[in-house]
Amino acid sequence: MSNIIDLKLVELVDKIKKKELSSTEVTIAFIERSKKSKKLNAYISENYENAIKKAKIFDQKPDFKKKLPGIPIAVKDLFCTKNIRTTAGSKILENFVPTYESTVTQNILDEGGIIIGKLNCDEFAMGSSNETSYFGNVQNPVSENLVPGGSSGGSSSALAAKLTPATIGTDTGGSIRQPASFTGTVGLKPTYGSCSRYGIVAFASSLDQAGPMTHDVKDCSLMLEIISNYDTKDSTSVEFKRENYLNNLNDNIKGKKIGIPKEYRVDGMPKEIDELWEKGIKIIRENGGQIVEISLPNTNYALPTYYIVAPAEASSNLSRYDGVKYGFRSKGENLIDMYEKTRSEGFGDEVKRRIMIGTYVLSSGYYDAYYLKAQKVRRLIKNDFDEAYKKVDAILTPSTPSSAFKIGEKLNDPVSMYLNDIFTVPINLAGLPAISIPAGHDKKGYPLGLQVIGKAFDEQSILNIAFALEKNISFKNNITDWWIK
Amino acid sequence: MTIDLKTVKHISKLSRISIDDNKAKKLGKDLNSIFSFIEKLNELDTKNTEPLTSIAETTLKLRKDEIKSENIREDILKNSPDKNKDFFVVPKVIE
Repeated sequence: MSNIIDLKLVELVDKIKKKELSSTEVTIAFIERSKKSKKLNAYISENYENAIKKAKIFDQKPDFKKKLPGIPIAVKDLFCTKNIRTTAGSKILENFVPTYESTVTQNILDEGGIIIGKLNCDEFAMGSSNETSYFGNVQNPVSENLVPGGSSGGSSSALAAKLTPATIGTDTGGSIRQPASFTGTVGLKPTYGSCSRYGIVAFASSLDQAGPMTHDVKDCSLMLEIISNYDTKDSTSVEFKRENYLNNLNDNIKGKKIGIPKEYRVDGMPKEIDELWEKGIKIIRENGGQIVEISLPNTNYALPTYYIVAPAEASSNLSRYDGVKYGFRSKGENLIDMYEKTRSEGFGDEVKRRIMIGTYVLSSGYYDAYYLKAQKVRRLIKNDFDEAYKKVDAILTPSTPSSAFKIGEKLNDPVSMYLNDIFTVPINLAGLPAISIPAGHDKKGYPLGLQVIGKAFDEQSILNIAFALEKNISFKNNITDWWIK
Repeated sequence: MTIDLKTVKHISKLSRISIDDNKAKKLGKDLNSIFSFIEKLNELDTKNTEPLTSIAETTLKLRKDEIKSENIREDILKNSPDKNKDFFVVPKVIE
């Protein structure tokens, strides 16, 4: 039998159900590997002892009807977990222990999942390389000193290194899909309103969505099925018929119309990315899909729009960190002084930068010129997709304009860092679902991803298209365990 | 448009984040490069476009007016950096 850690999520579930493996064996296998992998710095908090206890309890009275029967899972440290420290990668929440459980992690627990730890991420999910975390950089298991992407960088690293059989991240502008692409894994951002935002540390509430990160499309379908539900605790949660995504998974894409947006052929994009895209197009055609050239004319305005809308919402959301009710507090001469010092010392540079951008664009005299303008352009961007979806069922693009870069390479140039999200940001602005799947390697041997974007609430179609692509690409991640001595 | 040091200081005041002059200068530089990137939006005519405020264009649902006691006072107070019995403590506000 192959090693436990090499099994996919769906295979592990199957083996536990057939009693070929126990929850305790599986949980210990992933914990042992996590302990040997400290060099990756993927975890912020470990919940190992407690997890093993839970696994033993599960094995005494196993419930095989559950979808995650005694399966160990580590999650991004942006999800509030009752009685387990939740930091959002920030000093300001270094000692914060939630008194409640996020809906998404509750769904995992309800299906028999066991939380083994909380994974590193960019501070308040603001970053594309996991370099803004107060808890340090995360290594990409693909190669030493390579970023794992961000903001769900601990999640992508832990998944690719097989420290967890699956994980969940959050995606505000690409924070699931870009790290998935950088580590050769699958990541899906659901339609806005599909997964509850209750108990997720808020960044930009009109864009934030939780989503699965897994080794393959089957595992992704199972995880989505588990975490997506209508939730009255989130006022923007949407009631719609959620599918049995895994049962309905099907690689028949005959007659599907797939759009190729010409605006995504950006200047200076590496040839390898273009070739990867062509490879995807060829597979669609060979499997009976129809390729349709489409135009999303306002694509170039998506990043500037995002860098107004997201910081504006962040400045408002993060005003709650004032050192009074929870979190870090600095000493001050008076109340205002205490606020200012607490926030100055408690937040990192990127978070402060974004709070200040947001405060500025919302401030008196600038609101119309920036914030209102951005909301109007956001409408134009959404209209582009609405028009395109009159002609096509889904859209195929690269996930990122480049492969993973070295730690430190883009830290001093915020705009160049922001350009990482050029293919992912428009999808958040339009609230659509999109999946990134590994599709090849560049010259350096680093993974590259393809993105399939769907119509709102049509996650099943993008899973099916991704499933067909995956079968034909048969991607292999060449990870050598270099971090284990 | 350029954001000068005075404006940076003003934004930091509004954001309740104290910064020293050195940091303010560096931040001013970053903000200027980000805003020159954002200025691109002015190329677009949006006179007749309605702003998009929320993707989930649903009306808020009413719920039953029931008491639910999920967050317990003692648990919540545990996370407080400074407390006295059942109260959060802050620096003196009234002289």
